[in-house]
Amino acid sequence: MLTVENLHRYFGSFRAVNGASLTIEKGSITGLIGPNGAGKSTLFNVIAGRLAPTSGRVTMDGQDITGLPPHELFHRGLLRTFQIAHEFGSMTVRENLMMVPARQAGESLVNTWFRRGAIRAEERALREKADEVLDFLTISHIADEKASNISGGQKKLVELGRTMMVDAKIVFLDEVGAGVNRTLLNTIGDAITRLNRERGYTFCVIEHDMDFIGRLCDPVIVMAAGEVLAHGSADQIMQNEAVIEAYLGTGLKNKVAHV
Amino acid sequence: MDLLNALVAFANFVFVPAVAYGAQLALGALGVTLIYGILRFSNFAHGDTMAFGAMCTILVTWGLQSWGISAGPLPTALLALPVGIAVTALFLMATDRAVYRFYRKTRAAPVILTMASLGVMFVMNGIVRFIIGVEDINFADGARFLIGAREFREATGLDEGLAIRSTQAITVVVAAVAMALLFWFLNRTRTGKSMRAFADNEDLALLSGINPGRVVMVTWLIVAALATTAGVLYGLDKSFKAFTYFQLLLPIFASAVVGGLGSPIGAVAGGFVIAFSEVGVTYAWKKVAGYVMPENLQPDGLAQLLSTDYKIAVSFAILVLVLLFRPTGLFRGKSV
Ligand SMILES: Nc1ncnc2c1ncn2[C@@H]1O[C@H](COP(=O)(O)OP(=O)(O)OP(=O)(O)O)[C@@H](O)[C@H]1O
Ligand SMILES: [Mg+2]
Repeated sequence: MLTVENLHRYFGSFRAVNGASLTIEKGSITGLIGPNGAGKSTLFNVIAGRLAPTSGRVTMDGQDITGLPPHELFHRGLLRTFQIAHEFGSMTVRENLMMVPARQAGESLVNTWFRRGAIRAEERALREKADEVLDFLTISHIADEKASNISGGQKKLVELGRTMMVDAKIVFLDEVGAGVNRTLLNTIGDAITRLNRERGYTFCVIEHDMDFIGRLCDPVIVMAAGEVLAHGSADQIMQNEAVIEAYLGTGLKNKVAHV
Repeated sequence: MDLLNALVAFANFVFVPAVAYGAQLALGALGVTLIYGILRFSNFAHGDTMAFGAMCTILVTWGLQSWGISAGPLPTALLALPVGIAVTALFLMATDRAVYRFYRKTRAAPVILTMASLGVMFVMNGIVRFIIGVEDINFADGARFLIGAREFREATGLDEGLAIRSTQAITVVVAAVAMALLFWFLNRTRTGKSMRAFADNEDLALLSGINPGRVVMVTWLIVAALATTAGVLYGLDKSFKAFTYFQLLLPIFASAVVGGLGSPIGAVAGGFVIAFSEVGVTYAWKKVAGYVMPENLQPDGLAQLLSTDYKIAVSFAILVLVLLFRPTGLFRGKSV
């Protein structure tokens, strides 16, 4: 459903993404792993329209979406979260979620005056939706907290919650689990699985925690030095010599060997 | 009785002028602060945007007057104001297309946009002088006074008179309406909220499907309305002169910074802080002191801290103090 063809992104002479090609199948939860600085986040940034590619192509459902701005991708159902959680600091957590669906009757000024009733109904629906999402993520108690004041892990959950406010097609999660405790990590894992099964979301997930990846993702793509190094099921990846060399390290090799 | 006289003198020479001037500064500072918060640069062309808006309004006013249209006791300029705003908005959007958009696209540093605005300022200043000239233009018509000094004295029997010019009253009323509309818009409407979101975190706003082009356009529209209104009110209250608007830039920026750059409520508060300081420091307090102080304590001189020629120094001093001791301003805007 989403393909990346020979994508390059350079920063000066540094090749952060250097000819990556990959496909994310519809309905999958695809894992993306690789050492620090492999270019994973940069790849996300290019796909999601935050950075322009140096060269290469991105297509979604057969349509060329290379270089489209983020807000247009949003309306096509492509959403992402940031590795470092972003929030609207001056608003509450609930308002943060309610900001998401921007395509609404309230958009035009004329409507704001003349369709007050419809807009109020919409606000109410939006509020209910936001509360539902907060409930799903087990963070209802911080709904009225200012978003700048919540913990880093809670911010990650709100980031995930943002993607649940609309019907997304494909969601890119950049280390939603990083800096989050075990219980919360399980909550996030469950949320991803449920969204995938119940609402048909396709996911691409960057994560360093191999347990998490192993449980959740199939297939798994490995990046190193801006290129795709390997592609396969989690088990295959964990046994792949090149991957172990580049990323997983000998510790895991031994662990895998013992099993 | 003396105390009442002192109060009236204070109201007449300090309070009323400062409130009117504060309202004008607040409107100007709101424009500056919105541009800073949403488009992320200090717009040096703002003073000349006010001049441009006022000029457009004056031209339309003259047109209306020549057709014999007036607003009765109100100045005709109020009728012309919407047209002035519309023309200024078009001009600002064209400027954005021609100048600022390029730097935004290349994600240029704010200081580069600020420098670009300096260029825009010179161009606008030239346009205004070219079209309407550099002379003093008095375009206030309608009733002169809401309350005249003599009537006030006769009605109250006090020695001191209180005069409220109709332009001062209009300034305050129009500014209050404009501010109420702005705050309603920013806090209650979807578009206003998405503008706040955009100011808060641009990346996240884009990701939430907010169209940046639209936010930028609406921002310029609001800025045009605020700047034109501020320029016209200032011109009605004093008179229109192309250069004075350039000089207003300092008190306006001082107001925005005192309130906290990027904070609308701060801009309003800052406007009044600057206005009251400026008027208070340059007013000769001898008269007020004469009523309330005992004979032997009365000041010999005028009891004026600073000659009015130096009033600009007041804004400057406050600006420096705020930047030194509380760079985020009264209402915790973005630090500068
Ligand atoms: N804006 C930028 N300017 C210059 N270099 C950059 C920029 N963004 C990323 N890089 C460089 O590109 C490389 C890849 O960065 P990227 O963030 O994509 O890595 P990553 O795979 O996400 O790593 P991590 O697992 O640590 O998040 C890094 O070496 C980084 O220094
Ligand atoms: Mg990363």
